[in-house]
Amino acid sequence: MDGEVLTEQETALYDRQIRVWGVDTQRRLSKAHILVCGMKGTVAEFCKNIVLAGVSSLTLVDDRVATEEAISANFLIPPDENAYGGKTLAELCCDSLKDFNPMVRVSVEKGDVSSFGGDFFDKYDVVVASCCSLATKKSINEKCRKLSKHIAFYTVDCRDSCGEIFVDLQHHRYSKKKLDENIECQLQYPSIEEAISVPWRALPRKVTKLYFAMRVMERFEEVEKRNPGDVSSADLPGILKLKKELCEANSLNESHVPDKLLERLVMCTREFPPVCAIIGGILGQEVIKAISGKGEPLKNFFFFDAMDGKGIIEDISSPDSGS
Amino acid sequence: MASQQQFSALKGKKVLMVGAGGIGCELLKTLALSGFQDIHIIDMDTIEVSNLNRQFLFRQSHVGQSKAKVAREAVLKFRPHIKITPYHANVKDPDFNVDFFKQFNVVLNGLDNLDARRHVNRLCLAAEVPLVESGTTGFLGQVTVHVKGRTECYECQPKPAPKTYPVCTITSTPSKFVHCIVWAKDLLFAKLFGDKNQENDLNVHSSDVASSSEKAEYVFERRKDEDIDQYGRRIYDHVFGYNIEVALSNEETWKNRTRPKPIYSSDVLPNGLVQQNGNLDKNCATDDLSSVSAMASLGMKNPQDIWSLMENSRIFLEAFKLFFMKREKEIGNLTFDKDDQLAVEFVTAAANIRASSFDIPLKSLFEAKGIAGNIVHAVATTNAIIAGLIVTEAIKVLQSDTKNYRMTYCLEHPTRKMLLMPVEPFEANKSCYVCSETPLKLEINTRRAKLRDFVEKIVKAKLGMYFPLIMHGSALLYEVGDDLDEDMVANYAANLEKVLSELPSPITSGITVTVEDMKQELTCNINIKHREEFDEEKEPDGMLLSGWTRASSVEKDDNKPIGNGGSTSNASVEVEKNDEIRTVPSGKKRKVREVPMAAAQDFSNAADGTRNHNELEVIVDEDDFLMLGQDPGINKKKRLQ
Ligand SMILES: [Zn+2]
Repeated sequence: MDGEVLTEQETALYDRQIRVWGVDTQRRLSKAHILVCGMKGTVAEFCKNIVLAGVSSLTLVDDRVATEEAISANFLIPPDENAYGGKTLAELCCDSLKDFNPMVRVSVEKGDVSSFGGDFFDKYDVVVASCCSLATKKSINEKCRKLSKHIAFYTVDCRDSCGEIFVDLQHHRYSKKKLDENIECQLQYPSIEEAISVPWRALPRKVTKLYFAMRVMERFEEVEKRNPGDVSSADLPGILKLKKELCEANSLNESHVPDKLLERLVMCTREFPPVCAIIGGILGQEVIKAISGKGEPLKNFFFFDAMDGKGIIEDISSPDSGS
Repeated sequence: MASQQQFSALKGKKVLMVGAGGIGCELLKTLALSGFQDIHIIDMDTIEVSNLNRQFLFRQSHVGQSKAKVAREAVLKFRPHIKITPYHANVKDPDFNVDFFKQFNVVLNGLDNLDARRHVNRLCLAAEVPLVESGTTGFLGQVTVHVKGRTECYECQPKPAPKTYPVCTITSTPSKFVHCIVWAKDLLFAKLFGDKNQENDLNVHSSDVASSSEKAEYVFERRKDEDIDQYGRRIYDHVFGYNIEVALSNEETWKNRTRPKPIYSSDVLPNGLVQQNGNLDKNCATDDLSSVSAMASLGMKNPQDIWSLMENSRIFLEAFKLFFMKREKEIGNLTFDKDDQLAVEFVTAAANIRASSFDIPLKSLFEAKGIAGNIVHAVATTNAIIAGLIVTEAIKVLQSDTKNYRMTYCLEHPTRKMLLMPVEPFEANKSCYVCSETPLKLEINTRRAKLRDFVEKIVKAKLGMYFPLIMHGSALLYEVGDDLDEDMVANYAANLEKVLSELPSPITSGITVTVEDMKQELTCNINIKHREEFDEEKEPDGMLLSGWTRASSVEKDDNKPIGNGGSTSNASVEVEKNDEIRTVPSGKKRKVREVPMAAAQDFSNAADGTRNHNELEVIVDEDDFLMLGQDPGINKKKRLQ
């Protein structure tokens, strides 16, 4: 890049991964600033991965206090309520993450993420939103897009043994290897708002059923003004009704959104730790790809369901926004 | 995957994890979070700095401590009430026998070497405990499930054998950097600093063998009153100058090749420079031998730099000198170790100087170290993903959810939109000598090969047995054990030196030899066929084992053995890849609709082109489920139902 040399300490610590992605990527990582909002199991996994990878800084936002549910899949927080001393989830996670890699600065920002303005996000290269409402996700995404700086935006959520990642890299240039040659490529991404408003019938025929199911859940929480993930078995009839309406409005056969799948997402809202590890791992890799500008990033959704074991990429963008 | 159901499946279940490294740390964490209550973990390793970038349970302050024990402590911090039993030991220890394995409901492997994987596979088969196996390289990974009677075992498919290179490629006609590394490490380094009694092909012999071989052996000895600088320069001139001149004299060799150029120290290093070479004082500050470094004393810092021929020559001479001045006691017992800085410097420099002779592009110390040390390419994310997949399979195994067992590939580039690709497990290979006890066939020169050759090259190297017992009919020819009386030990020792056909109960063409490993509870019958001649380059062992198809990995090389008349051993020089991603052999039956090569690319890229470039085949069937084709002779699209 610019002839800067990694320190001896960095070379020793990062030896094995430099063998995977090269010195140039390692240097870019060491200059990247990451923001995450919403600390549950999946995000904890992601944070671990990105701190180990050696980014410059990681900032955590989550003012909630620790509850049994919130830490059920989070290995960053010991299950000892006495030790919490009124600390927030972000503060507790920060304490643990600091130990993982002394070369990464981990810190906490307090406040409601939906109230932060554009200049707040301007400090970061990557923003990850989790455990927040669709409206919040949309607003963060829009604020990032308005900045002249090129911020990579992600959302990530797990319900039961299913997980979803959304990616918006706006206009992304990258290089990829093809037959030992580096070729320059570019991709155009839609915002989350644009992506999820693509009419269902305009989507490719074989889009994963999980995509629709996640939209139904998201919509239900929005309409009912619930906190993210705050649903229970009592909500199932309402959710099935909403699904029927959405399918009708979109002229989509209801078989594309099986009741069984929705039932799973409603009955078990806790994250399934193996899925947190898998989704947190994929997200980590994607963020590293975006920072390094090397390798083809996924566009623009990723789904994993432990039930069938498939990890699928879906491109959900309106045909005219093209890439 | 309702958590209630899952929870009851885990209750009272005992799991064994083998390996607390990259995959192991992630696995132990995910098992604990997922509700596993009783976890045993075996790992013989201690923590190193280069582990810390991904083995997140470890900290700088833990360097040098047992991985298994530190991993336990770290996980108990967030799950204090579960039981974790660590063993700082080798899984091949006899204590971990079949009875030990029988106490577990499932065994989970997070290993980095073929030997241990094969050993655990056999114990799981003998103890009838399901095994979930895994591996990662860079962004690639895979998880497989092995349940006796339901799926294939780990050894049903031939594994790529350790990479070997024809001896003459290494000694006379290197064409890739790796050939120079093998030469520098296994020949030159071993000759100068290792066991003097080891056979070594370092010296190139002229066609007139008798004239040179005798005195060549003494070339490497330090002469009386010889100054260390003189000694180093003499070795330099001999191996990079004289030896190349001798090789050049074999005109046949160079008919279709670029002729190498001999390099002498005086051409590269004007005398003056040698005098300033080496500021030993910089090394005197510390007594810590591991910090003795030629780079440090020459003021060179960046391991990513590619040194010039002159710099390499200075490093070579400096490292050589430092070995004699700072580490003289070890000389004669040294083996190459990737964590030995001085050894890495010496090997890098030697390989680069040789590469210059042969017009092969030079490499940095960082890269050379990776090649010489077979260093695994590893990142935290892939390990985390693979560990998540292992736990999902382990839960299915504990629920006996047999029809949902999957083997899963983690890919770098999507194939059919998938980054994580599940595939149904395969049925056992009926010709697998491990789980089906099918006899093998061995072609060997029974009138020349000794029992020792058979034990070393077949029983240990090919069959992976550590406590073998060899029988012909009822006659016991050889066994290993602690409880043998002296007479037997002497008897077996004598047998080892005998030619097969001259054993008390002769092994000749047409007979069947039985080899057993008591610890692995594995028995294997081998039908012997006498054969007089073997191709030195293609069959360097001088014997050929078949019956259980194993991919040949001797590098294709149309070299005729030239300039190699004086070779003191037939053995190829071995380079081993520690980690292994299984490539799926291509089948003839193809129903491919979408680019399966993308996936194949993944696997071969990961191997830096050194692994078998087998194709990965994706077969699409009615219900949109993926099958990976295998060798048609072994497994045609068989489903488990
Ligand atoms: Zn088998």
